[in-house]
Amino acid sequence: MTLITSKRHRGAHDAGPSGWFVAPALVFFVIFAVVPLVGVIALSLANWNGIGAITWAGFANWAKVLVDPVTGNALVVTAKIMVFSYIVQAPISILLGAFVAGKQRYRALLAVFYFIPLLLSSAAVAIAFKALLDPNFGLGAGLGIPALAQDWLGNPDLVLFVVIFVIAWQFVPFHTLIYQGAVRQIPASMYEAARLDGAGTIAQFFHITLPQLKYTIITSSTLMVVGSLTYFDLIFILTAGGPGYSTRLLPLHMYLTGFRSNDMGAAAALGVILVVIGLLLALMLQRLGGKDRSANQTEGA
Amino acid sequence: MTATQTRAEPRTAASAPTPRAASAGRSPEASRGVGRPNFLAGLGGWVWLAIIILPVYYVVITSLKKQSDYFSTNPLLPPTNPTFENYALVLENQFVRYLINSAVVTVGSVIPILLVSFMASYALVRGKGRFINGANTLFLLGLAIPIQATIVPIYFMISKAGLYDSLLALILPSIAFAIPLSVIILNTFMRNVPTELFESMRLDGCSHWQMLWRLALPLTKPALMTVGIYQGLQVWNGFLFPLVLTQSPDNRVLPLSLWAFQGEFTINIPAILASVILSTLPLLALYLVGRRQLLSGLTAGFGK
Repeated sequence: MTLITSKRHRGAHDAGPSGWFVAPALVFFVIFAVVPLVGVIALSLANWNGIGAITWAGFANWAKVLVDPVTGNALVVTAKIMVFSYIVQAPISILLGAFVAGKQRYRALLAVFYFIPLLLSSAAVAIAFKALLDPNFGLGAGLGIPALAQDWLGNPDLVLFVVIFVIAWQFVPFHTLIYQGAVRQIPASMYEAARLDGAGTIAQFFHITLPQLKYTIITSSTLMVVGSLTYFDLIFILTAGGPGYSTRLLPLHMYLTGFRSNDMGAAAALGVILVVIGLLLALMLQRLGGKDRSANQTEGA
Repeated sequence: MTATQTRAEPRTAASAPTPRAASAGRSPEASRGVGRPNFLAGLGGWVWLAIIILPVYYVVITSLKKQSDYFSTNPLLPPTNPTFENYALVLENQFVRYLINSAVVTVGSVIPILLVSFMASYALVRGKGRFINGANTLFLLGLAIPIQATIVPIYFMISKAGLYDSLLALILPSIAFAIPLSVIILNTFMRNVPTELFESMRLDGCSHWQMLWRLALPLTKPALMTVGIYQGLQVWNGFLFPLVLTQSPDNRVLPLSLWAFQGEFTINIPAILASVILSTLPLLALYLVGRRQLLSGLTAGFGK
């Protein structure tokens, strides 16, 4: 079999490295990711308060979770945050990426500051914004503009937009960095040709930069959309899901159900829903991206 | 010259970037954007700078204020008499311990992540067979699983294993959840190592183990940097595992300590913000020293 596969074969047998090289990674992944994945399905069929005995519950958790209006609300909040934060983040990241890809000195200097949020933990970001958005001792009071001295985190009509803004503040830098790298890989000759044809900056952006970024846009979008299922810590500290249930997105709802209300069975059922959404999204984006991505990977190198 | 011709020109250049085009990209006058200054972009750039820098500025100046000044002075003006007493208060409250815990968990996770992902990637790219294909598919699927979703069974397993409230409880699942992305980033680089190099080493009688360390390791170093930096940041800044899997202050890591300080200091906002700054300092120092490597390393594997 090995003889057939290697064409430039010069006498040595190469069966490829043994599967044992994969074993350590596989063991870790199976024990702490695959087993929990099965476990979350099993626990969704059980009663457990986190400490005591585990008993069979059948589909009681599912019946409870699926009719609970809080679950429906959590799904809506999750979808809103996913869609709005994508609409905000994607254009800003692309524009900033193209901006800092330029060679001007001042842009390089600005970029140094742009990337600072990359270093901060969600906990740090949430705590900083909580203080900054305080109506009495924060931004609004500092600038003396009453419109900015709102109870940003206590107003159910505003809080979702605040959360989306803070998410953008934290995650745009990473995507900017991805786009910066991608824009720099676009051959300069393409821009020269466009300039000779009289294309302005804006025309160059839409006819060269944007089409050339196609695959990067897919990668970045996948990370953004799937990533929005993980904005747990930021929102947990910033609003704890409140006021009321207005920012209680699915992962947070699951955590609070399991570890605050001690209903691990119901939390596991919510976990299953989360897994299914994650898989569906990834599958959908994969379809959207098409199968030519491997071809692009060598081209861009 | 018709419009269709002009539009067709860039497309051919895209499909076959010639060496000439690549070298032209390095000459200063050819680089993009340097033509007419783009005022609109410049304006947007400065606005975004303000958005990024304002919260940072606010946190820094507030952390230097006395608590009484916090309530009485303008929130956006720097303190007239800056004080470090907030920092002293944070340091007195076991901060160094949390810092060490974070360092232990990060190093203890990143080294195994790099080691097992690197070995796996070598076999996944160079090897063949059903077992290896299966593993590849499994890791690809793993990318789509949100960690949060499995936190309940992980909590269950960690408590049953008697690891609850230990640093090891944070390290083990952190390694597992980092593997899929790490392996996939490493794979793209591993594929670019020319097959001929492996074959000539093979003819010299090298084992796969030797090829792994002497050939694959040096040639995939940029990808290993990417993985190390990215996953290091993820683990260092991680909050969910510490929140669910640890309890005692002895095993507290930095992000969790910020949250705990917030509960302890309640209305002493300057002290809480001082803890935010202190927790960021190690990474900020790293950023100042090796910004270029950090940033290029962070995305070298993603740009592909």
